Amino acid sequence: MTVRRVMGIETEYGIAMPGNPVANPMVMSGQVVTAYAQSQGIRPSRVLWDYTDEAPLRDARGFEMPRDAADASQLTDEDPTMANVVLTNGARYYVDHAHPEYSSPEVTSPLAAVRYDRAGDAIAAASVALTAQWPPALAMYKNNTDGKGATYGSHENYLLRRSTPFSRVVTGLTPFLVVRQVMCGAGRVGIGAASAQPGFQIAQRSDFFETEVGLETTLKRPIINTRDEPHAVADRYRRLHVIIGDANHADVANLLKLGTTSLVLHLIEAGAMPDTLGVRNPVGTLHEISHDPTLRTRLEMTDGRRMTALELLREIQQTCVEFVQTRYGGDVDSDTAQVLHWWERVLDSLETDPMSAHRYLDWVAKLRVLEQYRDRDALQWDSPRLGAIDLQWSDVRPDKGIFARLRAAGRVTELVRADEVEQAVSEPPSDTRAWFRGECIRRYRDQVVAASWDSLIFDVGGTAPLRRLPMLEPTRGTRDGVGQILDASPDALTLLERLAAPEGDTGIQ
Amino acid sequence: MAGQEQTRPHRRDGEPDDLPDAPDPGAATAQVGDTEVDDVLAEIDGVLETNSEEFVRSFVQKGGQ
Repeated sequence: MTVRRVMGIETEYGIAMPGNPVANPMVMSGQVVTAYAQSQGIRPSRVLWDYTDEAPLRDARGFEMPRDAADASQLTDEDPTMANVVLTNGARYYVDHAHPEYSSPEVTSPLAAVRYDRAGDAIAAASVALTAQWPPALAMYKNNTDGKGATYGSHENYLLRRSTPFSRVVTGLTPFLVVRQVMCGAGRVGIGAASAQPGFQIAQRSDFFETEVGLETTLKRPIINTRDEPHAVADRYRRLHVIIGDANHADVANLLKLGTTSLVLHLIEAGAMPDTLGVRNPVGTLHEISHDPTLRTRLEMTDGRRMTALELLREIQQTCVEFVQTRYGGDVDSDTAQVLHWWERVLDSLETDPMSAHRYLDWVAKLRVLEQYRDRDALQWDSPRLGAIDLQWSDVRPDKGIFARLRAAGRVTELVRADEVEQAVSEPPSDTRAWFRGECIRRYRDQVVAASWDSLIFDVGGTAPLRRLPMLEPTRGTRDGVGQILDASPDALTLLERLAAPEGDTGIQ
Repeated sequence: MAGQEQTRPHRRDGEPDDLPDAPDPGAATAQVGDTEVDDVLAEIDGVLETNSEEFVRSFVQKGGQ
């Protein structure tokens, strides 16, 4: 298994009330999440988040930061009254400070990650449609900056073996993350965190990254985030929390984001990622590459070589292809084959003519449209019309979002069908603990008091105490493992009894 | 401006690929013509917020993670 591992995407959406720049984003975020939860028959106050195992201040480098030394934004249990629900597809939909956030259920393949990420967009669109009943209208945006100095993230999560030395992850992943943006950048009008300089750049997030390694996520953002909060058996697993990526709309770009990263991590875990690919100034190079949509900028490696981002990415890709070929030959799983196919196709396109990748990559699709506007209407990069296109590009409403219109017109390559997305809105993935979580929410709705990534708390009724069920193994609680037990349990008490029975071999823990 | 679509020497039969009804990027229909550009822009014109300057100016977010 190469690209396959437990993974997921969590996306903070922009939220705005057009015409009212001072509308309170926390209130608006609460409104959209609450409206959606209620439409699903989930009372937001009923299924609370179980914060017991949250430890955002624990650093992968081996120490905890004292709470009083932490910036308030590093603490995640500040507003327990804000809407925070677990959905029947196993996802978490909640207010994260000033943004609605959708955290996908755990999946095991890049394609499933794309599917459940698009389910989040469908949920966001449904939320907006629900609140549209009571003007003034709200809008949500799947992007990462307001162009005025604020940024918010689309984070990837990858389950790693705890035994992999973190220093090896840092060395192997840093150069890859510096150049990954040439495939996965979402494109942005404006250069610089506050868009002080007119122009177009490849990535939304790159300008906001200032350090190489660190714990912070809201300031001094690091290329490699060291948060060590596995939500799983800690001595077996590490959850790598990647914060540098842009939110993607294009299926191919999104598939490559999760798939190529997972493949590089596989090589890192196998000790097969060369340590000769270091980039001399990762942060500076990250910015330079983003600012050059012609992809001609040459970066400097620590061994003195100079090459373009595309050349470095090609070198990493070749290393991965050779590793897979050597170790697996023709016997590679279909998920890996799919990622390798698209990685090759996209690199070929970028090497020939970057603009030929407009069906695959978000930044290219966006640049293509913007250039067409510049040609037709003689616009400069500082024209508000181009800025408006950039923002409305990511409006989640299918009738208003510009990317959504392009997709509806068949102008971008899709890897997930609309009916598959619809299914993923309500049904959990079958091969992780998300299945158990989502199914319990669906089947025992009034008896699930609280949920989190690694636990469920049940109210079995009467005067019995609440029962907390830890779920520290992300690969257990699958449909194959516990489906029959759930089917045989009409209520939570029966379920817990069956799970505890010796022959129940609790497929949970 | 995008010019000729790239031919795809690496395509093999039976590959996991585009969904069946998506056009092959190497096909003739993929070439950008003036009509297609006009169509795309016209459609986008139809959904754009009317006052770009105010829309951009009023789009303000709080920083997140």
